[in-house]
Amino acid sequence: MVDGLTTTLNWFALGMALWSVVLVILLRPPLPGRPDGWAFLGVLALLELGLLVQAVVGLARLAGTDREVEGLTFAGYLVGVLLVLPIAVFWSLTERTRWGVAVLVVGCLTVAVLNVRLAQVWTGAAGV
Amino acid sequence: MSEPTLREATRSGPGRLLIAVYALFALAACARSAVQIGTHFERAPTAYLLSALAAVVYVVATVGLVRGSRASRRVAVVSCAVELVGVVAVGAFSLLHPAAFPDATVWSLFGRGYGFVPLVLPVLGLLWIRRTAPGATRTAQ
Repeated sequence: MVDGLTTTLNWFALGMALWSVVLVILLRPPLPGRPDGWAFLGVLALLELGLLVQAVVGLARLAGTDREVEGLTFAGYLVGVLLVLPIAVFWSLTERTRWGVAVLVVGCLTVAVLNVRLAQVWTGAAGV
Repeated sequence: MSEPTLREATRSGPGRLLIAVYALFALAACARSAVQIGTHFERAPTAYLLSALAAVVYVVATVGLVRGSRASRRVAVVSCAVELVGVVAVGAFSLLHPAAFPDATVWSLFGRGYGFVPLVLPVLGLLWIRRTAPGATRTAQ
């Protein structure tokens, strides 16, 4: 879907999940105010921006397509995936332990999974 | 243990991650059942009503854990228990009578579509509430 943007964002999200795993191992929450914290949050914001672009392009494509696409599901995934990272960051940074950082791993993996499902819904693969 | 301490204990450590995953399932189950009931309810009413029930249970469990008060933890215990019974019953039933479930729910085939997380989650939830119960750390160790 969307000229490989979804695939790119997928790998991006998986990369961020890997980065989060490293942070879990190092026990280093990406706190704003530290250079590495800003770097992580900045790149994560870039991912969120990419998802926002995907949502805009995806909704435009949905309006323009004449194929049979489960519109509501598709739009739900496009918009729903935008909520994940902000909530994950908030919930993660309010607890500065290994478990808190692990929330970021779950958040990034969730983005990847939702993106895979998004592509499936667009091509009309099985499942609701 | 005072209420703020109990709240802190419920929400911190492994509880932080547990609540995150619960919130994720609450979101996923709500979205899924909203689409199912909103667009093609007549296709599989029973399965979709179970989806809606699952969604409600996940939301209640999440809120119960996030609030972390004595009463809300009790609510979370009940919803985790309902969840466990639900995933086992629906899982077994969907395995034995696939025809009754023409469309999947979160709990079908023991939550296989979600990496069996729906089966593990209520167990972890119950264990976590038990571990953070007032006095549990003193008597258990």
